[in-house]
Amino acid sequence: MARVVLPWDCRQFTGGQTEFDIEADTVRRLISQLDARFPGLGEFLSQKMAVAIDGEIHQDAWSSAIRPASEVYLIPRIGGG
Amino acid sequence: MSDVLDKPAGSPALKIVGSRPIRPDGADKVTGRAAFGADFNMPGQLVGRVLRSPHAHARIVSIDTRKARALPGVKAVITGADFPDVASEMHDGGESASNLRDLAMNVMARTKALYNGHAVAAVAAVSAAVAEAALALIEVTYEVLPHVIDVEAAMAPDAPVLHPHMFTEGLDAKPTTPSNIAKRNRLGRGDPDQAFAEADVVFEGRYTTQAVHQGYIEPHACVASWAEDGQCEVWSSSQGQFMVRTYCAKVLGLETSSIRVTPAEIGGGFGGKTTVYLEPLALALSRQSGHPVKMVMTRDEVFRATGPTSGAVILVKFGARSDGTIIAADVELKCQAGAFAGSPVGAASMTALACYDIANFSITGWDVVTNSPKVAAYRAPGAPIAAFGVESALDDLAHKLEMDPIALREKNAVRDGVKAAYGPKFTNIGFLETLAAIRDSDHYSAPLGRNQGRGVAAGFWFNVGGESTAAVHVGEDGSVAVVTGSPDIGGSRASMAMMAAETLEIPLDRVRPRIADTASIGFSMLTGGSRTTFATGMAVVQAAEKVVADLKRRAALIWEVAEDQVDWAGGAAHCLDPGKDVGPLTLGDIAAKAATTGGPITAQVSLNAQGAGPGFGVHVCDVEVDPETGHVTVLRYTAAQDVGKAIHPAYVEGQVQGGVAQGVGWALNEEYIFDGEGRMENAGFLDYRVPVASDLPMIDAILVEVANPRHPFGAKGVGEVPIVPPLAAVANAVRGAIGVRMTDLPLSPPKIRAVLDARDG
Repeated sequence: MARVVLPWDCRQFTGGQTEFDIEADTVRRLISQLDARFPGLGEFLSQKMAVAIDGEIHQDAWSSAIRPASEVYLIPRIGGG
Repeated sequence: MSDVLDKPAGSPALKIVGSRPIRPDGADKVTGRAAFGADFNMPGQLVGRVLRSPHAHARIVSIDTRKARALPGVKAVITGADFPDVASEMHDGGESASNLRDLAMNVMARTKALYNGHAVAAVAAVSAAVAEAALALIEVTYEVLPHVIDVEAAMAPDAPVLHPHMFTEGLDAKPTTPSNIAKRNRLGRGDPDQAFAEADVVFEGRYTTQAVHQGYIEPHACVASWAEDGQCEVWSSSQGQFMVRTYCAKVLGLETSSIRVTPAEIGGGFGGKTTVYLEPLALALSRQSGHPVKMVMTRDEVFRATGPTSGAVILVKFGARSDGTIIAADVELKCQAGAFAGSPVGAASMTALACYDIANFSITGWDVVTNSPKVAAYRAPGAPIAAFGVESALDDLAHKLEMDPIALREKNAVRDGVKAAYGPKFTNIGFLETLAAIRDSDHYSAPLGRNQGRGVAAGFWFNVGGESTAAVHVGEDGSVAVVTGSPDIGGSRASMAMMAAETLEIPLDRVRPRIADTASIGFSMLTGGSRTTFATGMAVVQAAEKVVADLKRRAALIWEVAEDQVDWAGGAAHCLDPGKDVGPLTLGDIAAKAATTGGPITAQVSLNAQGAGPGFGVHVCDVEVDPETGHVTVLRYTAAQDVGKAIHPAYVEGQVQGGVAQGVGWALNEEYIFDGEGRMENAGFLDYRVPVASDLPMIDAILVEVANPRHPFGAKGVGEVPIVPPLAAVANAVRGAIGVRMTDLPLSPPKIRAVLDARDG
């Protein structure tokens, strides 16, 4: 199972918990599972978060693959100048 | 002109990527032929002008436009009443999400003016003189309200509240009263309190910066036309024609397919042209008047009404062991957002400690609305602010530990496999290599004279990928057009052409890069976030690879061999079938037979690029302080940066030099100065002092290349990192020169004189 770490902002949905072990092979499935567990979190993640899979940042990338041993961080979306 | 590249077949060596050819837009720019936003005109166009609030905070009681409308030559007058109500929702307009209601209300005030310069009405007339006269006839009745601009004053419980509907997000308990604090964000790891208690050395400091503008030379400008059938055309200077299309559609309640936006040449953006100001107004004026409308901001308007970046307060505390290992850090950032929520405090928080591997830390950020123009992106938004505090504090910590400042950074530097302060593990980064490049440079060990000081500082930026589209079209003569939807603000046309030529293995002068309007190429996010050479470049390479595959297929058809019997090398197809006695077919040869082999040779790729590699920079700066005047002269400046792979090294060096120049201005001179009524007092380049060439030495750039494996040629974004370190590098150098830490930017002569007076008694 992948290790998933949510940022501080998500505590409002999870009751304070920020680390989870989740079985999901894509970003889309990861978001769906988190939303099923914490209703509303999926939309929040989709709108405001990017996903770092094993150190590589993916933004708006639902099809990106997650391996069973992946370390996945949800981080605020990044823009720039 | 040959269409065959002089390159041995099968050679992996790069022939074009990494070279320094003349830029494709160079001739147009040096001859004045390049058409910028204000250069475009249409028959029958009107002149648009904006009436702006003289007050920093005021309720708009009424607006009477009757006298203006009655003035001969006036064709349209609009106010907030001419725009639809827009719901509060976040929408991604091309890079990062914006609140559409805030965007619409920033374009044109509705019930309140929230800053001096906020648009309250606009007119279109047959001439500038008539338009100006009409503005003077618009009667606005204001109820002036107390205003607040200082970020900490705006956070106070008794501060005038800008938005009664705003309640702070991110607090532990849901607030019951409105506040100017839009949001608190937090990052953390370990147990900072315990670690501080165990530290041998603790250092803390408070640092402040003022709002500064991107300072692009070309003001915002556009021409807009709203036809009788509802179809709209916009020509404007921006960092993203698709962004302009999306935001205009949302503000005006249109479908995006009703608007075609053509990008003009852009005279600087640096993040400041990632939103709209004039375009929706020009469209609304055109709809009402039935004529095209041209609008061009004055410099005064650019300063008063477009986004600078935040002024901020940064609190930093470090705890370290006596060997220099930093075991604890606490950073708090308070950033002005301007009139609407959305300061860069999130990125400031994420980048603040990104260069360092610290086991225990806490970072808190505050996004605070103020009665000043809504901030806009500015190169690595938020990161220079955070780095000013963190890198200044690190310098003082090095002094306290009696350590070399680079040695302290090397001891605590992140490296591959280390978790970034914002979460994920770093991979393929070159921070240590970049520190070593400065440590080993001639500059770092050069002697200093009297009243001179040397400062070093580091900086980080994530870099991003995102959605891009590119097309490669082969003409019947074998010349190639590379078309993208990414405006060129930093040399991306050159890099697109070079990557296409490298992939096609043809000479660069056979490739011409173009930037298309929104109806002529697929969607592309705006040019920003240091993403274009990485993401759009990836689309270009993939499109060129598709063309190569098609060319091989066509050659196989011509030779009547299997496709796997064709190789592409040196810009030509080579037949591998030993039974065929045929010479190579060049791109031109195949293009000439395009009709008989399947029709036009073209390929388009749309993608959402992932895996942009983060960038690190380390700068060293020498200054001399004139003890009589307090003036700071930058004597020497060297910037090292991990760029992955420099596609066009001269352009990359230019990006580094430009970022440093802007950072030096931020450090020494630039600031928004407001009077007691909240009006900007220095809204012009005479009083808002950006560095000019004579203020700066040659800025030496050292390009460190730790390749990004996710890009075909290893490129990383380069445009933003260079503005992150200079604020602290300069401040640290000034500390070295005068022996006193200065914590409030800019380090202007009066401030330095005051410090010297205090120092010398």
